[in-house]
Amino acid sequence: MSTQITFLPETASQTGGPYVHIGLAPKQAGFDIFENNFDNQLAKPETKGERIRLEGQVYDGSGTVLRDVLVEIWQANAAGKYAHPADTQDKPIDPAFRGWGRTGADFDTGFYSFETIKPGAVPGARPGTTQAPHICLVLFARGLNLGLHTRVYFEDEKEANAKDPIINGIEWEIRRDTLIARREERDGKAVYRFDIRIQDTPDGGKETVFFDV
Amino acid sequence: MSNPLLPPSTTGVFVQRDSDAHPPAYTPGYKTSVLRSPRKALISNVGTLSEITSPVFRPQELGPKDNDLITNFAKDGLPIGERVIVHGFLRDQFGRPVKNALIEVWQANASGRYRHKNDTYIGSLDPNFGGCGRMLTDENGYYMFRTIKPGPYPWRNRINDWRPSHIHFSILADGWAQRLITQQYFEGDTLIPHCPILKTINNEEQVRGLIAMQDIGNFIALDSRCYRFDITVRGRTATWFEN
Repeated sequence: MSTQITFLPETASQTGGPYVHIGLAPKQAGFDIFENNFDNQLAKPETKGERIRLEGQVYDGSGTVLRDVLVEIWQANAAGKYAHPADTQDKPIDPAFRGWGRTGADFDTGFYSFETIKPGAVPGARPGTTQAPHICLVLFARGLNLGLHTRVYFEDEKEANAKDPIINGIEWEIRRDTLIARREERDGKAVYRFDIRIQDTPDGGKETVFFDV
Repeated sequence: MSNPLLPPSTTGVFVQRDSDAHPPAYTPGYKTSVLRSPRKALISNVGTLSEITSPVFRPQELGPKDNDLITNFAKDGLPIGERVIVHGFLRDQFGRPVKNALIEVWQANASGRYRHKNDTYIGSLDPNFGGCGRMLTDENGYYMFRTIKPGPYPWRNRINDWRPSHIHFSILADGWAQRLITQQYFEGDTLIPHCPILKTINNEEQVRGLIAMQDIGNFIALDSRCYRFDITVRGRTATWFEN
């Protein structure tokens, strides 16, 4: 008989449900309760780096936009450093940048958006590798039993994207493009459009790559 | 139950997620999941700096009543319903306390009605109850909040489906890979075995893990009852060798 080393099971996930905003974005649910609310404004006036807006919509398998989805992002600062003690790189922390934000999609249009800065490159898992600038993004909603993780990369970082270990880890090259946000200028400001398709859609939209992080 | 198996670590990657511990994405008994579940397999990567880090929150960011749902929205009196305290420990899979994690909760009121633009259930709103709260775990991974026990409510899945009483929980812990949203149920609720959302979990032990136990020893006489709900997030492994 052998003994097996065990550890505690992770608590099971459950859907965030249709009223996820009550707890995570109460103003959007329609009431004012906390003095300090977490939101989608990651860039403060003193934050270093190029201001960008990240926006898009999330589609279900019928091509319908999700209007009750909650989106969170997590990213490094402009120097490519995360504001967390596990990031031991010899790079400056930006005291004016936490790197995290959340928002609900608009109840009418389904658009989500973040005002943030373009992140710097961070190291890959293996020594000597570098990840292209990216933003980690997670979705919670009614109908999603477990949060869906994906990554946002930038269209104008072609060279870095071509060397990115995560992108290159996707065996199906045709799927890699689902992680690239499109850049446009609006009133002199960079806007990256990143739409997410939970399933292939009837209009030909391809299912976004989701990660088991 | 188990002693920590690995030395404390602050920089290691997380143990892989056991997919059998969670509901699959596609669960047709919960109808909304049908069009909102990916058809392709998730892609697994070795953890990088992006997944082993996570936002850090400071106690000053929260208000003094943020973990008291009985008073944090009270206008002209106390909310109506059963006064309960919910408390427990947040730990990782190796049994280590998870400190300074942000726990956010939301729920319906005693009628089973949510304070949300899109909830049109006939159960009445309570003018003195908001239904959300938040807190940071302490040095021991402990958290507690006070609330009104939520009522069950009907929802459009099958025509006569009802959710058991539940409180939604969101956990932002020490690594992005630990990000978790779940629901906590109450011991003895007879709706639990009928719930299509709970049935998305194919593992009885895991369902049991979502049920808070009545904590009689911690009832407050002539005031509040108490439930105990412990939460486990992914374990951070040790870093034995620098790479």
